[in-house]
Amino acid sequence: MSRKKTVSVENFRARVEELSGENVFACYQCGMCAAGCPLTEEMDRLPSQVIRDLQLNDITLLDSNAMWVCASCLACEVRCPKGVDLAKLMEALRQLHLRKELDHVSIDEMSQQEIAKLPQIALVASFRKKTG
Amino acid sequence: MNTIPYFPGCSLKDTATGFESSAQFVMETLGLRLQELERWNCCGTVTSLTTDDLMHHLASVRNLVRVQDLHESELVALCSMCYNTLARTAQRINADPVERDKINQFMDRESSYEGTVEVRHLLQVLRDRIGWETLAQATPITLEGLKVACYYGCTLLRPKEAAIDNTEKPTIMSEAMAAAGATSVPFPFAGECCGTYQVVDRRDLSIERSFRVIQSALRAGANVIATACPLCQHNLQEAQKELGHVQGLADIEIVYFTELLAAAMGMDPQRLPEGLNVLIQQTAEAQTGWGGS
Repeated sequence: MSRKKTVSVENFRARVEELSGENVFACYQCGMCAAGCPLTEEMDRLPSQVIRDLQLNDITLLDSNAMWVCASCLACEVRCPKGVDLAKLMEALRQLHLRKELDHVSIDEMSQQEIAKLPQIALVASFRKKTG
Repeated sequence: MNTIPYFPGCSLKDTATGFESSAQFVMETLGLRLQELERWNCCGTVTSLTTDDLMHHLASVRNLVRVQDLHESELVALCSMCYNTLARTAQRINADPVERDKINQFMDRESSYEGTVEVRHLLQVLRDRIGWETLAQATPITLEGLKVACYYGCTLLRPKEAAIDNTEKPTIMSEAMAAAGATSVPFPFAGECCGTYQVVDRRDLSIERSFRVIQSALRAGANVIATACPLCQHNLQEAQKELGHVQGLADIEIVYFTELLAAAMGMDPQRLPEGLNVLIQQTAEAQTGWGGS
């Protein structure tokens, strides 16, 4: 028996809601999160579209880069008029990958010089967010 | 001298030593010594946001236990990422006896955490315990004429529960600067993200974000940016190096807010950033209308 839980269309939204503790249907698509997000230009789906795709249970959302670009700056979280914590949804999406041991960064690919130059908090934070 | 338990965190012992030494000087001058926890460990740097990830709050709780062991109920942090992570964990675990119990059962060598420690940022201690008037009286060297852009970034302001001031219109750092005689210039990117840990694998992205923060401060007329986070500081300085050819970008000083306060309190200039000393001297000369002595 595999110890890895698989994500399927049947349980995708439910798993994200369980991991995040958020109700995606609280969102009424006003777009405030996307308006204030500092990194939308880098995302292949807007923050508001991420929630819309969750509402629609669109599992292709797992292939989006939005969750990896999100830096948990929480600009969306403090401004959402419906109290939806999008940063928690992004974290849940990352965790669905990371818990299957699909890391998004690797320290092995970085040079000693690169590592030495960075403040520890950058490295620890990055590995906490992007490795399992 | 009165003391307050203090959590430094990793960066203050390595890339941000000037942040620590200036803060220590400021607090000693004000008569409230920062007492470093005898044993501390990494705070975790970022808060785990999933419901079932209690384990990742353990590192922060261990630090809170060490404050409790000192029979104290307050812990002060300087690094804004440490502040945020410790404060959010304290809020969550203090309010939830079931989660606290789970963590206590897991910990072995530590005493059980009773949920009584609160985490504060140094700016809050300066405002609420010291007071701006006392701070102003302790600054013999005026920073008059200095135009400071107070850069808060994310973790001092968000989420609301951990915010040290109004999330959209913070004034706490400008109040500290005003007490030291400097003018703080409002700029719209004061609470925008610098790109944070994305610098590790998406440096382009953090450079771009940090560039915009500096540009915003420059256009507001600032000649120095005050930060409270070693990662903001790093990212802004990287953008400055990378895009130094952009007009004015290389001229702005980026320092920790404590370094400005320490300068105003008369800390030995040799222990402060050279660029800051030059700027303070030039500003003072411009104020008197005389170049040189």
